[in-house]
Amino acid sequence: MSILINKNTKVITQGITGKTGQFHTEKCQEYANGKNCFVAGVNPKKAGERIFDIPIYGSVKEAAKETGATVSVIYVPPAGAAEAIWEAAEADLDLAICITEGIPVRDMLVVRNRMKAKVADGGKETLLLGPNCPGLITPDEIKIGIMPGHIHRKGRIGVVSRSGTLTYEAVGQLTELGLGQSSAVGIGGDPINGLKHIDVMRLFNDDPDTDAVIMIGEIGGPDEAEAALWCKAHMKKPIVGFIAGVTAPPGKRMGHAGALISGGADTADAKLEIMEACGFKVTRNPAEMGKLLKSLL
Amino acid sequence: MKIHEYQGKELLRKFNVVTPRGKPALSVEEAVKVATELGGKVWVVKAQIHAGGRGKGGGVKVAKSLDEVRKYAGEILGMQLVTHQTGPQGQKVNRLLIEEGADIRKEYYLAVLTDRASQKVVVMASSEGGMDIEEVAHKTPEKILKEFVDPLVGMTEKQCGILAHGIGVPPASITRATEQIRNLYACYMETDASLAEINPLILEGNGNIKALDAKFNFDPNALFRHPDIVAYRDLDEEDPAEIEASKFDLAYISLDGNIGCLVNGAGLAMATMDTIKLFGAEPANFLDVGGGATTEKVTEAFKIMLRNKAVKGILVNIFGGIMKCDTIATGVVAAAKEVHLSVPLVVRMKGTNEDIGKEILKSSGLPIISADNMADAAQKIVAAVAGK
Repeated sequence: MSILINKNTKVITQGITGKTGQFHTEKCQEYANGKNCFVAGVNPKKAGERIFDIPIYGSVKEAAKETGATVSVIYVPPAGAAEAIWEAAEADLDLAICITEGIPVRDMLVVRNRMKAKVADGGKETLLLGPNCPGLITPDEIKIGIMPGHIHRKGRIGVVSRSGTLTYEAVGQLTELGLGQSSAVGIGGDPINGLKHIDVMRLFNDDPDTDAVIMIGEIGGPDEAEAALWCKAHMKKPIVGFIAGVTAPPGKRMGHAGALISGGADTADAKLEIMEACGFKVTRNPAEMGKLLKSLL
Repeated sequence: MKIHEYQGKELLRKFNVVTPRGKPALSVEEAVKVATELGGKVWVVKAQIHAGGRGKGGGVKVAKSLDEVRKYAGEILGMQLVTHQTGPQGQKVNRLLIEEGADIRKEYYLAVLTDRASQKVVVMASSEGGMDIEEVAHKTPEKILKEFVDPLVGMTEKQCGILAHGIGVPPASITRATEQIRNLYACYMETDASLAEINPLILEGNGNIKALDAKFNFDPNALFRHPDIVAYRDLDEEDPAEIEASKFDLAYISLDGNIGCLVNGAGLAMATMDTIKLFGAEPANFLDVGGGATTEKVTEAFKIMLRNKAVKGILVNIFGGIMKCDTIATGVVAAAKEVHLSVPLVVRMKGTNEDIGKEILKSSGLPIISADNMADAAQKIVAAVAGK
């Protein structure tokens, strides 16, 4: 088991014909069962063609209907990415994973509210991971996104983070200590996104094949604190927590649009405090996330 | 991206938000000319810098004659204005806004921003205008009213009314207030702002509601569709190192410490800075080289870091995924040679082609200190800078 995706997942790639989409689709196909997982691409102008032997369809709806795919990964450039997310939602997919970085916040606001309105009207809910995220991986089964596959190892630890390279850092430490991962999830660094820490923690809590979790956050926003409070009441598994940005000055955007300290309660220190109070083992040393987790098993 | 108050007011007027009449001035002569054109008996001379708290710092003066306009303009232009947002070194004033005086009866607060948690637009209003809103939020949070707006529906008449009544706008001015609120919301949405703040929004003796100040911040991801707003950019207000870095697609922010760091990924970059601090030193910058770092980019990154004379050592922390460690190693060696690096350099590389990368560093003949993990790297650079 794993969360969200496994070796039987069928994936549509939106933006498969762009440079980034092509590069990463090839890598994803090469990883584990990827050859069987990546079954369709979408580009209205190139419908009927094939790329890496993957058929290209004119729309997500058509691709889903023809291949039975339930998940899409989006590499569409920023100006059109929110519309691509909406197309995935309209096609009633289970999950859309948006890798694209730099989508205007207003576009995300509009598409998130459209997605919520659709569900409120009785429509099917499509989960969104990202945008501006590395994607997610279930080691030795499937990788959807831009993470380096080879650093992962199959196992029983969950990893969730807003940052790409910091996720790799945690995964790398775990693998080095002989601890494999059930799934590693990058939820992305944007202020308006889909799945949040709390949602992924819920999934890990319910996953019988996850024994413990590393949760990594950043300065900015209330998400980590919300997840921590939920974990205090419900989480049955040990959690290691780290928050990046203790040294970040207020009001500056640190690379990620979401990583901006604007109020008081969203500093790294405030978040670490709440997480600790909610039973997380927190560390201020990101080099020790793996070791600390091992000590909890 | 931030803009000046006078530019913000130009935008507000485009969206029919009422502001006092006024114009920018770049010299004392121009200030007097603007005041003469505006007419009247009272003018306000306002320093234009991208920081708040200008009034307290002496950057806003009320002039009651053209001579006073001349005097204040002369005093404020060129001054290093220090406010709680500029840091102790202050910010040089290069531009003024000359405005007609206002007949202030009451000051309110009005702002629009995006709420991450609810994923709605939030319009905030308060009866406590003209003050530091964070202080109001802290001491009397009940005096800040919030309306959450669904961007698919827009700001409704009812919501505008709740805010206008809630902050105590007198009945005769309610319609004028709701109009301003609706217009500010439209301005926020259509310009892809991340913050639109009017503090204070005033009630005048004649019942008019006016924006006496205008503070905007714009979503950098959306600037591609707003060339008119990009044209407002004032490079004098930005850190030259940050401007230089942005030309090479590097995310760079100057900080106060003495250890430069070069990292791939924003989260890992922040974590690296934190680790430096954990071992007793302070980072000199945040620098994310991104996923597709080339030799050229790494070289430019070194140049930018070293332009900061406070830098006494450099820490490179790379988690090679898609980007290979040998590529980075080649870049680091080329950069160190080109800039004749004279401060200690610690490199920590992990991931794809790690061993080849380490070998490249080793055989370069350069005194590069290699580290196994982030903590080891931070400890080594802190020690090297301390001369141990």
